[in-house]
This record gives sequence, C-alpha cells and structure tokens, in this order.
Amino acid sequence: MKCENCDSDNAVIHLTQIVDDEMKTLHLCDRCAAEKGLETSTVPMNLPLTDFLANMGPEERSPAEEMPTRSCSFCALTLAEFKKAGRLGCPHCWSSFEEQLRGLLRRIHGGSQHVGKVYLSPDSSVSEREKRLDALRRKLQRAVELEEFERAANLRDEIRATEPVA
Amino acid sequence: MSEMHSIRDFGLAWLDASGEYADIVLSTRVRLARNLQGHAFGPRARLNDRTAVLNQVHSVSSRVELVRTADIQELRKLDARSRRILLERRLASIDLMGDSGSPPAPGTAVVLALDRPVSIMVNEEDHLRLQTLLSGLRLREAWNLLDSLDEELGEELPYAYHHEFGFLTSCPTNVGTGLRASVLMHLPALVLTKEIVKVLQGLSQVGLTYRGLYGEGSEVVGNFFQLSNQTTLGKSEEDLVDHLDRIVRQVIQYEIHARQVLLRDAPSVTEDKIWRAYGLLRYARSLSFEDLMNLLSGVRLGTSLKLLPGLRVYSLNKIMVFAQPAHLEEAAGRDLSSAESDVHRATLVRRILSTEGVVTPGEDSHDGNGAPEASG
Repeated sequence: MKCENCDSDNAVIHLTQIVDDEMKTLHLCDRCAAEKGLETSTVPMNLPLTDFLANMGPEERSPAEEMPTRSCSFCALTLAEFKKAGRLGCPHCWSSFEEQLRGLLRRIHGGSQHVGKVYLSPDSSVSEREKRLDALRRKLQRAVELEEFERAANLRDEIRATEPVA
Repeated sequence: MSEMHSIRDFGLAWLDASGEYADIVLSTRVRLARNLQGHAFGPRARLNDRTAVLNQVHSVSSRVELVRTADIQELRKLDARSRRILLERRLASIDLMGDSGSPPAPGTAVVLALDRPVSIMVNEEDHLRLQTLLSGLRLREAWNLLDSLDEELGEELPYAYHHEFGFLTSCPTNVGTGLRASVLMHLPALVLTKEIVKVLQGLSQVGLTYRGLYGEGSEVVGNFFQLSNQTTLGKSEEDLVDHLDRIVRQVIQYEIHARQVLLRDAPSVTEDKIWRAYGLLRYARSLSFEDLMNLLSGVRLGTSLKLLPGLRVYSLNKIMVFAQPAHLEEAAGRDLSSAESDVHRATLVRRILSTEGVVTPGEDSHDGNGAPEASG
C-alpha cells in the first residue's frame, strides 16, 4: 500500500481518526508516521515462564546447569523436568531447589521474600508467631482506618488468640 | 439431570449489576492459590494425592462457616454439559476440565457455597483455588470475604507454607500471597479511539497484566478486558488489591473521557453504531457468540451513555451468560448443533430485549422527549 504522505510503497501504519464527525483512515510509512509523532511500537508480549527458565543461564546459575538430574526427595521431580514444564511437583520441591528458585523469583517478582499473610501451622516457631502478630496488627490498623469495625473486632479476637499467654 | 439441579441458579450474583461502576466493570474476582502439606500437586499429583486432598476438603467443610452449606461437586460425576456450565459461569477453569474428550481427572471438584459468592476449585494446578466473584468494582470487599474463608480453612487444613517464599504453589508465578485479583472491564471507547494500546502498554509498567473474558489464554472479545496483578510475591495482599483498585479507577476515568470525546467529536457515528447494534440484536434470527459479544458491546455502551432508555445493564449481563452454548443447550434440554445454537441464541436475545428493554426513541412523539419506559 502506498504511503499517503511520501508515495513510497510501504505504508505500514493505518491511523483511524474522527474529524468533524467523519471517520478517516491515514495510511503512512514508518518514517512519515514517526515524523508525525505517532507511537508505532506494538504491545509487548508477556514473557512466558519457560523463557525465564531458559534464561537461567550457565554462567549465573551454574548449580542448575551442573545438576539437571538433581531431584526432589519427596516427589522425584528433577530440575530438568521443572525447567521444561515450569511447574513444581510438591511443596517439598521448594526446599529441594531453594537456591535455584530464589534466583528465579527475583527475576519474576523482583525479590524472594514474602511479606503478606503469615501462616502458622501447629508447630510454628516463636519468631513466626511474632511475624503473624505483626501482620495481624497491620490489618487491624487498616480496618480501623477504613472504619470496617466488624472486621476490626474479628482481627482483635484473632490477635488475642495468637498472643502468648502472659 | 438431578445433579444439575443444584448448580442451576448458583454463582450468578455477579450478574446483578449492583456494584460500583457496574456499567463499565462487569465483575471483580479475587482468588487465592493454596496447597496442602505432604501431597504432590498439579501434573505430579497421583490418584491417592488427589483423593486425599478432596477427602480433607470434605471432612473439614462442615466446620468452615463460609462453606458449611456448600455443595461439593465432583466433576467426574457431572455430565459434560453441567461441567461446561460451570466453565461458562467462571466457577471452573479450562484447566480444571482437563483434556477435552477425556473425563475429568479423579478428585477434581468445585465447592460451591450456596449463600455466599465464594467457591473453591479442588485439584486444579494447585490443590485449592479459593475464589470470590462480585458484581461491579468491589476489590476490597472481595478480598475481605476471601481472607475470612482462607483464615477459617487454614485453621482446619495444613497449608504448605515457607518462611521466605510464603504460600507455596505449583507455578512460581503464583507463590507468596497466591493472590490474583482481577477486574473484568468493558472498554469500548478506548478501543474505538485506539487509546487502548497506550493503556495496555502502561499496565505492564505498573505491574499489571490483562487477559480475555475467560481468563488465562483466552482472547479479548466484545471489548472486555480482565485486568489483574502480575506478581504475587513481595507485596502484602492489601497492597496488591489497593494497587489494582487505584489503576482500575484510573482506567475507568480514561474510558469515561474517551466516551465524552466520542460523543463530542462523532455524535452521529457513535449513535448510529449503538442503534445498529441494538437493531441487529433486537431482530436478528441467527447470532454467533462472537457476533453477539460485539453487538452487545455497542448496546452496553449505549445503555451506559443513556442513549438506549429502558435497557438495564442487568439484562445485558444476563444475556452474556445465558447465550453461551452450554446454557442454551440446558434451556433447550438437548444438544444443539452450532447452527441451531445460533438460532436459539438470537431467539433468547430477542425475548429478553423485547420484555426487559423497551427502547423506542424518535417514534414516541406522543411524549415528546423519549422518556424511558418502565422495564419489566
């Protein structure tokens, strides 16, 4: 298609405008479009996870490269299988491949430290209990600020139940 | 058919157009991914893992207030049409259905609370996917509701949790909070003015992403975009939800502005587009789902701009759900070929528009100003 501005043969930008209640479409080549100040880049595609995994390159992630047959002691998933499918096999995989996963999480999420809800299983340590209390108190403060009083009352009860008995 | 009965009316509260900005925001959804200690998940899960997970859910559900009265529907025990209905109501994912043609994997189930807008997918990619689906823009409310369910469930079931990584998931993109909050938005004016490209580009810069109507991997139809958080680790659940809320409100303002621009600069083109869409929906004898979604988009815009008096957003939401293939088959009581389905779809749309949305401007010269007529 011809560019309407310079008559070259490669009009690749098709701009639809509404002027005076009338729809008009301009066909322009890359250069003329750029001269008119039009944004010509397209929407970036979301990077699939497998690309992230493929990018766990040898120089930075040598443990992964050296031990593709390393496997999870619980479900027997190997590192190579994980890199291929992008899915872990069980909760224990997270400990088995902790080092590799930490690097991956930094790339995906920008860090590896969870800062949301703290979950307490029956055998949780004192420090985890403290962390959960901190999280609950932050929630309570927020609920009060937002005047969500019923929620605040529930949170207060939960804090009392979590606090060590004096 | 007996098993269908229990889900016939379930999970449609999000259609009622009751929430904030319900004309632009169809629904708000929040989901949490959770796994149980001691069991493999996802493709690695064996039969005994899947069964054990479902059994644990069965045994504790009566002690969890939010799902005490819930129905637990095992997918293998449902007929194919019922399963598709769950999918069309967004209560089950394509992943949960398994490979088409083969029966669903043992242990896959959906927990449907009958009196609350919460549900749980069991044995999908993760052992549990807790979700809530509300009408309009109600992110904080959705999060609070789901948080309560999660707290209760977490006391009964041993979640897999790591002091550094947070709640453990099958896919590293979900780890940490396990939270995905998403808002289904109708953005026709941004699409018409092509401003949408900038908006979508901007999203990735602020840590958000978008998908089509049916979630991951689905295409954008009818100008519906599902905006959601991209990352799940390193921010608290409240921060993730608030951030999405802020951006969605900004996008709503862009959309409203784009609508004003359309009405100001191209009033007759815009009105013509809307009325043509309405005319086709009102009188067509055959409609594909894609046709329907595109026309519905024009009519939804017209309703929102008050150009189609008498038509309610609720009626349009209802059409969107009940004109899907499995819902049409359920209403017809039999399987339908694609061509039959298109005819049934057009009939349903005509019936709803003729009974619920009476629109006759210009012709109602007797009252002079085209006042909205009462809708049924």
